[in-house]
Amino acid sequence: MNSKIIGRIGIYAFLAVSTAFFLIPVYIMVTTSLKGMPEIREGNIFALPLDPNFSAWFKAWSSACIGMACDGIRGGFGNSLKIMVPSVILSVALSSLNGYALALWNVRRAELMLGLLMAGAFIPYQVLLYPLVIMTRTLGIYGTLPGIIAIHVLFGLPVLTLIFRNFYASLPTEIMKAARVDGAGFMQIYWRIMLPMSPSILVVAVILQVTGIWNDYLLGLIFAGRDNLPMTAQLNNLVNSTFGEKEYNVNMAATILTAATPLLVYLASGRYFVRGITSGAVKG
Amino acid sequence: MSELNIVNLSKRFDNTAVFENINLSVREKEFLVLLGPSGCGKSTLLNIIAGLESPTSGRIEIDGKDVIGLEPKDRGLSMVFQSYALYPTMTVRGNMSFGLQVAGLKRSEIERKVEKAATMLHLTELLDRKPSQLSGGQRQRAAIGRALVRDVSLFLFDEPLSNLDAKLRSQMRGEIRRLHDTLGVTSIYVTHDQVEAMTMASSIVVLKGGVIQQHAEPQTLYDEPENLFVAGFIGASPMNILKGRIAIEAGRPVAACTGFQVDLSRYRFKAPPVAGQEIALGVRPENVCFGEAGGTSNTGVMARIDYVEPLGADTLVWTKVGDEAMSLRVDPREARLDRQTVPLHFDLDRLSVFSRETERRL
Ligand SMILES: Nc1ncnc2c1ncn2[C@@H]1O[C@H](COP(=O)(O)OP(=O)(O)O)[C@@H](O)[C@H]1O
Ligand SMILES: [Mg+2]
Repeated sequence: MNSKIIGRIGIYAFLAVSTAFFLIPVYIMVTTSLKGMPEIREGNIFALPLDPNFSAWFKAWSSACIGMACDGIRGGFGNSLKIMVPSVILSVALSSLNGYALALWNVRRAELMLGLLMAGAFIPYQVLLYPLVIMTRTLGIYGTLPGIIAIHVLFGLPVLTLIFRNFYASLPTEIMKAARVDGAGFMQIYWRIMLPMSPSILVVAVILQVTGIWNDYLLGLIFAGRDNLPMTAQLNNLVNSTFGEKEYNVNMAATILTAATPLLVYLASGRYFVRGITSGAVKG
Repeated sequence: MSELNIVNLSKRFDNTAVFENINLSVREKEFLVLLGPSGCGKSTLLNIIAGLESPTSGRIEIDGKDVIGLEPKDRGLSMVFQSYALYPTMTVRGNMSFGLQVAGLKRSEIERKVEKAATMLHLTELLDRKPSQLSGGQRQRAAIGRALVRDVSLFLFDEPLSNLDAKLRSQMRGEIRRLHDTLGVTSIYVTHDQVEAMTMASSIVVLKGGVIQQHAEPQTLYDEPENLFVAGFIGASPMNILKGRIAIEAGRPVAACTGFQVDLSRYRFKAPPVAGQEIALGVRPENVCFGEAGGTSNTGVMARIDYVEPLGADTLVWTKVGDEAMSLRVDPREARLDRQTVPLHFDLDRLSVFSRETERRL
């Protein structure tokens, strides 16, 4: 009885500490972004803003100087969208089709394929950077929008294909048999039967890709080219700029703006995410 | 309206053979039941017939045409599965229409066919429900509806009733059998339930370990089981088996068991009996009665009453004859549990005699 209560206290203490661990930086970021520079210079980072206002946010969005250009990070936002949307759509579409084929059709050497996918999913991608630079350059897409999209799709495929394969492999095999007896072919079964059964796992895949691609910095910096630098790269240039005084409020606001997209996607679909994870992604 | 021939069919997974050299003919309009314990290869055989799996060797002919290598849809058959396997995101109507849409039928024709099948299966009210909104029996009926909405010449059923409760199962047995009588489509029905097999089949194939044990009409299977396995598998309570030997007394064959003899002169041996051969004598519980038989040589069977199982309509009385168990199916008013030792006699026209060596019928 007593040990149960002590256990409870332990759990809540742990939860409180870990929550604080994540919330305190968020608190500092939000409050700082709402302050003016004189107030920040006083150095009291835990204090609430005396006169909260969004001027730093507007500056970060549209007029902060990154290098010579003073357009804020909105350009980076647009670039990130241009990179993310096609990458997410392509990688999710391709990998769900792959996973479906691997799980439910007699693909020759499926075992070998799965082994390679596992390897692909776990090799740190930094190892592959130089060969990929050479490959994309040979193909003439280095430093272009299609180039960075192709890179993101490639890096997304292994993990996503495994997730989809496990999901489809966990479905009752008799549904597949019934559809074949009904005369449906590969694509008909995929479109009309399997995809309608997959919304939860699709949400999982989309969230993984949205956060992964939006938060990517290195690949974008290397492969996207000067004109397509994603928001993260621009944020870095803004924050690490060596000119003049560091505008902490603008930096904080820019960071929050950059992090907002995956956060919103989480909030909008977290319910499905949890459901998808528990209903197949892991179980399979 | 189709005839099926299976010739020398073998199937192995990696190195384990599921069955080898199976030969089987299914006549037109027949309702053939494949009966066997689970794991004996029934589903595998059905999947091969459907074209969902390929055999290791052998031929399958539908109406004289070899169908090996053909896709399921090109074999002119449909199939009902144990887990129903309805498409969960579609309504009952969607489930039934799917195959027709895939085949490219006109919308009006699809509607007509679906309505017709739904009426036949009392599904009309349920057409717009999703499978998750149906009870087990309704799901099974929807699955049957999906199978019969297409014009096929062969129905395959893979244990379609085994997920239902007993009452529903007996009701669905009748419905499926009536559908077959109405439509006259050749059907192969897989089950491990001998009651289903006995009640529905026009002929039964008993399968064990990938080997066909017997292929016969239900009554023949019950009366004249080909071997000890079939004798034990068919029948709500299994056939009683007594050990003995063949003896010839005054020119007539008898079964000499421990402490008693049974006259076999009315038993139709396939080959002339040999004195001294070790046999297993099989007697169904309903062919055993209390009391001495009048004047025949079937005498001296003494049994000690052990326990009773009332079944309602009649009662199963379990006794010991020597150290072998023996059950009698008797009228409940005759049932007794007095642990007395009493005489029994057998119906001499209803005996089965098996070789103990080969376990086959003599
Ligand atoms: N895909 C498979 N791979 C390996 N063995 C299998 C496969 N499918 C079935 N088997 C084996 O074949 C045998 C027959 O299975 P099955 O046809 O499902 O039996 P039943 O339907 O009579 O219960 C079983 O021993 C099973 O383990
Ligand atoms: Mg089976």
